Amino acid sequence: MKGILEGSHAAAEAAKLCRPDVVSAYPITPQTHIVERLAEMVADGELDSEYICVESEFSALSACLGASAAGSRVYSATSSQGLLLMTEVCFNVAGMRQPIVMSIANRAVGAPLSIWNDQQDSIALRDCGWIQIYAEDAQEIHDFHYIAYKVAEDHDVLLPVFICFDGFILSHTYEPVDMPTQAEVDAFLPPYKPYNMLDAKNPISMGMYATPEYYMEFRYEIDQAMVRSLDVIRRVGKEFGQKFGRDYSNLVEAYKLEDAEVAIVALGSVSGTIKDAIDEMRADGKKVGLLRLIVFRPFPAEDVKKALSGIKKVGVFEKNLSIGARMKGAVGYEVKDAVNDSSVSVLSYVAGLGGRDITIADIKKMVGEIEAGRGDCFLGLREELI
Amino acid sequence: MALRIGCAAAPGQAQENKTGSWRVFKPVYDHEKCTGCSMCQLVCPEGCVHPQDKKFAPDYDFCKGCGLCAAECPVSAITMIKEEK
Repeated sequence: MKGILEGSHAAAEAAKLCRPDVVSAYPITPQTHIVERLAEMVADGELDSEYICVESEFSALSACLGASAAGSRVYSATSSQGLLLMTEVCFNVAGMRQPIVMSIANRAVGAPLSIWNDQQDSIALRDCGWIQIYAEDAQEIHDFHYIAYKVAEDHDVLLPVFICFDGFILSHTYEPVDMPTQAEVDAFLPPYKPYNMLDAKNPISMGMYATPEYYMEFRYEIDQAMVRSLDVIRRVGKEFGQKFGRDYSNLVEAYKLEDAEVAIVALGSVSGTIKDAIDEMRADGKKVGLLRLIVFRPFPAEDVKKALSGIKKVGVFEKNLSIGARMKGAVGYEVKDAVNDSSVSVLSYVAGLGGRDITIADIKKMVGEIEAGRGDCFLGLREELI
Repeated sequence: MALRIGCAAAPGQAQENKTGSWRVFKPVYDHEKCTGCSMCQLVCPEGCVHPQDKKFAPDYDFCKGCGLCAAECPVSAITMIKEEK
């Protein structure tokens, strides 16, 4: 069934069809519409879930963690400062291997306070053990929820997932979304079978302390699960394609890269603008292509290396800032490491922070900078303010 | 013991975490002097002192060497000796 939905509702409708037993989230701009819609569904009897009202994001994810440990399928959503307040619990969720799925409407992090979009919040949590998937449009937001639950709950993975999409740009924009029926989703996503579960008949404790003799092996296990998840995401994405006609077996998307001399690497919705800019530049005879990272954690290094092979000039579009890092952005390092070729120039461009618009002209300017070999800098600064 | 995913543990599994390696000083009991009064068992914060034939002795797998037993023993039957590792 097709509907015209805003990105937030695309997330909420997908979350509903995944039949979560427990939803706990705290409203924060720009994620608010997701929880409003879910609360409405629960109140109207559309969704048979326990909606736990809490007083902060820390409590929201803690409630989710407890519910998940008790064997429930769990959903949450947040943004920006909310995600940072969840940070401690995020590490615990991953460490306890609870397959929670959480939507992140990406938003800048203060100070200065900004409700607009960049990807600082989820990128800041890249080391906490959650799988991170970045959507480009409302359809992807919707579809990724089904894939995320199936990947997270796979007993070879058992890791939580962030589904990241750009706040306002995607979360508040209406687009046509093709939605499966409940029966189709049920056929694709089986009921949750917990690996560890709190059960009075078979008592266990979770998140135990580990002495130095044991701790490192637990962390190693989490990392190995993350490595295994690469293939599980490919497999589940392919299966989704066979069932619903939209294939997500690729962890990266290559756009006009085959004969490209310059490549832009980006995450999320800005890819749409970049594709339009590439079309215009191609018409002018410039050989430019885009590599969109769909999955950022686990980092698909092999796929990135393969997609960028033969390209000598790469620019990474960063909607985040790693303050004090030489390259300025956090994603550039990973791309550079994946390419691992000193004859290739990989440069980072921090742009669009705090919701600053990215135009086709900006992308063309960036390509000019990549060609000139000037990078690892901010793009589009207002010089008169500095 | 293979690790259980998600740092989950069944009751009693905490005993896998042997804490004896944390010790610097080791309590050594003189069972000639020991009267079996059980004071060391009462004050041991680790709960690792157990009776042996009406006398008492710590379980060195778990004793962290805090020295409370030696300090509280009414007949000074316990000496803290630095362990060479």
